[in-house]
Amino acid sequence: MKTEPAIAATETEIRAPVLQPKKLTPRQLKRARRRRALSRFWAAFRQSKMGMAGLAILIFFVGVAIFSMFANKGALDPTVTTNGPRLAGPSLKYPLGTQVDGISVLSLTIEGARISLFVGLAAAIISMALGTIIGMWAGYKSAVHDAILMRITDVFLVLPWLALAIVLAAMFGQNFWIIIVIIGVTSWAGTARLVRAQVLSVKERNYIERSRALGASDAHVVIKHITPNLMPVIFANTILTIAIAILSESQLSFLGLGDPQSKSWGTMIDEAFHAGALTLHAWWWLMAPSICIVLVVLGFTMVGFAMDEIVNPRIRER
Amino acid sequence: MTVLRAEDLRVTYSTKGGDVPAVRGVSFEIDKGEVLGLAGESGCGKSTIAGAILRLHSPNTKIEGTLELEGEDVLSLKPGRLRAVRWTGASIVFQGALHALNPVQKIGDQIEEAIQVHGMATQKEAAVRAGALLEQVGLPPRRKDDYPHELSGGQKQRVMIAMALACSPTLVIADEPTTALDVMVQAQVLQLLRSLQHDLGLAMLFITHDLSVLVDVSDRLAIMYAGKIVEEGKASEVFHAPQHPYTAALAAAFPEIGDTRFRHRPAGLGGDPPDPQHIPSGCPFHPRCERAIDACQTVVPELWDAGPGRRAACVHVAGAPSLESVGS
Amino acid sequence: MTDTEAARSETLELGEPIIEIDDLEVNFAARVGLVAGLMGKKGSDAKAVDGVDLTLHEGEVLALAGESGCGKTTTARALLGLIQPQRGTIKFRGKALPRDTRSLRPFRREVQMVFQDPTGSLNPRQTIYEIVAEGLRIHGIDEGPNGETEEDLVAQALSRAGLRPPQRFYLLYPHELSGGQRQRVVIAGALVLEPKVIVADEPVSNLDASVRGEILALLMKFRDELRISILIVTHDLGLAWTVADRVAVMYLGRVVEIGPTEEVLLRPRHPYTKALLNVVPEAGEEGVIRQILQGEPPDPTRIPAGCRFHPRCPVVASGRAAELGIEDRCRGEDLQLQTVGDQHFAACHLIDINQQP
Repeated sequence: MKTEPAIAATETEIRAPVLQPKKLTPRQLKRARRRRALSRFWAAFRQSKMGMAGLAILIFFVGVAIFSMFANKGALDPTVTTNGPRLAGPSLKYPLGTQVDGISVLSLTIEGARISLFVGLAAAIISMALGTIIGMWAGYKSAVHDAILMRITDVFLVLPWLALAIVLAAMFGQNFWIIIVIIGVTSWAGTARLVRAQVLSVKERNYIERSRALGASDAHVVIKHITPNLMPVIFANTILTIAIAILSESQLSFLGLGDPQSKSWGTMIDEAFHAGALTLHAWWWLMAPSICIVLVVLGFTMVGFAMDEIVNPRIRER
Repeated sequence: MTVLRAEDLRVTYSTKGGDVPAVRGVSFEIDKGEVLGLAGESGCGKSTIAGAILRLHSPNTKIEGTLELEGEDVLSLKPGRLRAVRWTGASIVFQGALHALNPVQKIGDQIEEAIQVHGMATQKEAAVRAGALLEQVGLPPRRKDDYPHELSGGQKQRVMIAMALACSPTLVIADEPTTALDVMVQAQVLQLLRSLQHDLGLAMLFITHDLSVLVDVSDRLAIMYAGKIVEEGKASEVFHAPQHPYTAALAAAFPEIGDTRFRHRPAGLGGDPPDPQHIPSGCPFHPRCERAIDACQTVVPELWDAGPGRRAACVHVAGAPSLESVGS
Repeated sequence: MTDTEAARSETLELGEPIIEIDDLEVNFAARVGLVAGLMGKKGSDAKAVDGVDLTLHEGEVLALAGESGCGKTTTARALLGLIQPQRGTIKFRGKALPRDTRSLRPFRREVQMVFQDPTGSLNPRQTIYEIVAEGLRIHGIDEGPNGETEEDLVAQALSRAGLRPPQRFYLLYPHELSGGQRQRVVIAGALVLEPKVIVADEPVSNLDASVRGEILALLMKFRDELRISILIVTHDLGLAWTVADRVAVMYLGRVVEIGPTEEVLLRPRHPYTKALLNVVPEAGEEGVIRQILQGEPPDPTRIPAGCRFHPRCPVVASGRAAELGIEDRCRGEDLQLQTVGDQHFAACHLIDINQQP
């Protein structure tokens, strides 16, 4: 009985399924690889109940924000609703009640969703960009650069950001875009620390040395090896940064530093507070934006934590 | 007097990916004052055996078969008795003392802890014994106030040995004790282990992948592959006249300097040690074996007689039954 | 090349020198805390490599052996231009190595490295294809000398490294391969640039014993078929016996003995080489009392005076050096490599009085 040995001794054995040997261009390979990585990530994310719940919340609010772009702006104009009930409790016509000018709180909340989310996102992008660049520079370059940049980072870490934000708002005015920049510029330090730590650890890995031995320039090493290793950590961190940015914006608006023209949730709470909603028992006016802020921040936090679990530490399949 | 006896020992890990049979039926005996060397590569199950003897595996891990330490069945020990037996009956010298020593505790304290946990001495007595142990392993007693990071790799391994001897066990399990060390330091530590074992009359189970080290240190040798023992016998005989093709290949990987057979001729095996979850049919070694015949794909070999005091699990040995009479 | 060198090359049939290291010195700066530094305390530099002369010839396998801390890995790294030496020259084909990354690039095509840890040397997020192709992309090579495409070159390198059929491996990730296969990928990544020299730093010590032979056989095949010169850094003298043409033994930053493998490993003339050979577990003579060096591998920040090996030297410790009247020289007089045989050199005071260690 002549049979071939179960596995040929000279061929190297692999455990992965056999792939069709087709002609693959490097670009196709890259796309194939990215698709595989994304689907693996999604599969892992779906396992996390916390992540999926958070994602559901976020999708809901993003939907609301998008809807607000097409909604009837007239509902927000106090001159239009002079005939409506003021400070009326929730009813069928006004599901979240009305505020002191008779404007539906629901309409205000929907509008606020767009503003708050946008500010949070934009500020987080600035914060992430600044933090990543500074962190990478500090981690990759020489000890001197590192020391200087880290001292600057330390300063920003310990500064009471609220005090700084108030000063900056007083100096540059209360403009929608200024607020975004202020939040971005005062919150990058945490990301910078994180990125620097990651760069330092990746820099020492042997495959970096191999790349250099092959003849790679610094740029090649940073682009091809260090940055891809940073992306998961940066991404997870950005999600959390958005949550913090939204909270920060609410704080600033509540203190009256927000842009009076754009009604974010924080601005709503501020107005409600100043109009005496508490004493007038108009709880719906205060609760609606507050609960929304809590839910959105919770949503981002849950998604961020779920991503963190997947990304850190890397769980290998073997 | 038999100190350790294992019969048909089987250890299976449960993981997310299914059951992993790390040890699939291993039997051996170690007598008082004897050193048994256990050699094999990754995935063969040798380190699993070390953990099984002291029941250090997680509760999910299934351990079946017989495992007796000085006549007592280890697998059915109640927790209280198990704790008492651990370290006093048998102790382990781990690999990579880097991680086995608490970095924020002085080494003297760590040795004393081992003694005191077993209520064997008062604090004062324990301190004295710790100092004596350090001397026994070649370190000046004053070093007991040092922290692990103040010691070199070789010195840390000596501390590990001192800890293992703290409660005067009858069996010492050495699990890759010298793997991470430099050649010269390795030789020193091996010399120490050998002399301590001899002076104290210890039984020792010496586990490593480095076959050449084992031949020096052990009285008897057992070679493991894919969760089973494939050859056993007197150490030097097994190394110099291997009966199992795997042993021959493993021995060839450690050529003697001066042996012209290996000059410019590196000997090795194709393929890789098998994944415990995908063990080939029949003889697990057959895909990599030069002397494999058709029968090897279906016949599961047992440890058959291969000479005086020797057994090997291969169809080619003298004591193997003729192929017609062996089922699959 | 001096006259004596030319004569040497003929008898051992050594090819042209391809890499020449001359009086290499690499120091690692001392680490002193900020406050201590401000108070004027100076740490001592670690002289990892302290005056090394070495020549690698075409088509030869040279083993660089020694314990950890002897400077062998540092020498290898300096050879590749990954570390800048404080002193000394490294010449490739007679031309000195430049210092900056850009000028080093063409050199990098010719001299490649295989690292010790195959798992760490591979970026876990890159596919095997990308890992092997990286070298080609860095050097901007889109086609081979005979018009091959990038894919052809990658396939060829994978095949040569024993991974067949190569297409099977393109989309796999390092963690899906075994240790031996990963090391082959590292080798393929080096081969793809068609180097003339491969520097292998402990290429098999992290691999299972049964797999080592194959990787070593692969390296020897490159020497035989492709005329690649190989420098193997290892602590394992058994490995040197198996594959090397010449062996250089290093101690505390210097080469203490160098010569043809048979000479150095069977007739060593330096006590350290002899000590290293003594501790290779020689599974044979039971009950032979082995002479094992006491103490730890030495500290490169505190190099002893005289012969740097004298504090651990068995000849000094046993009193034999005193008997022979050389002990003072061992303790006080530093020394260079001297001829002890055909292309065989060692640095020991015993040589002058014609004694064996």
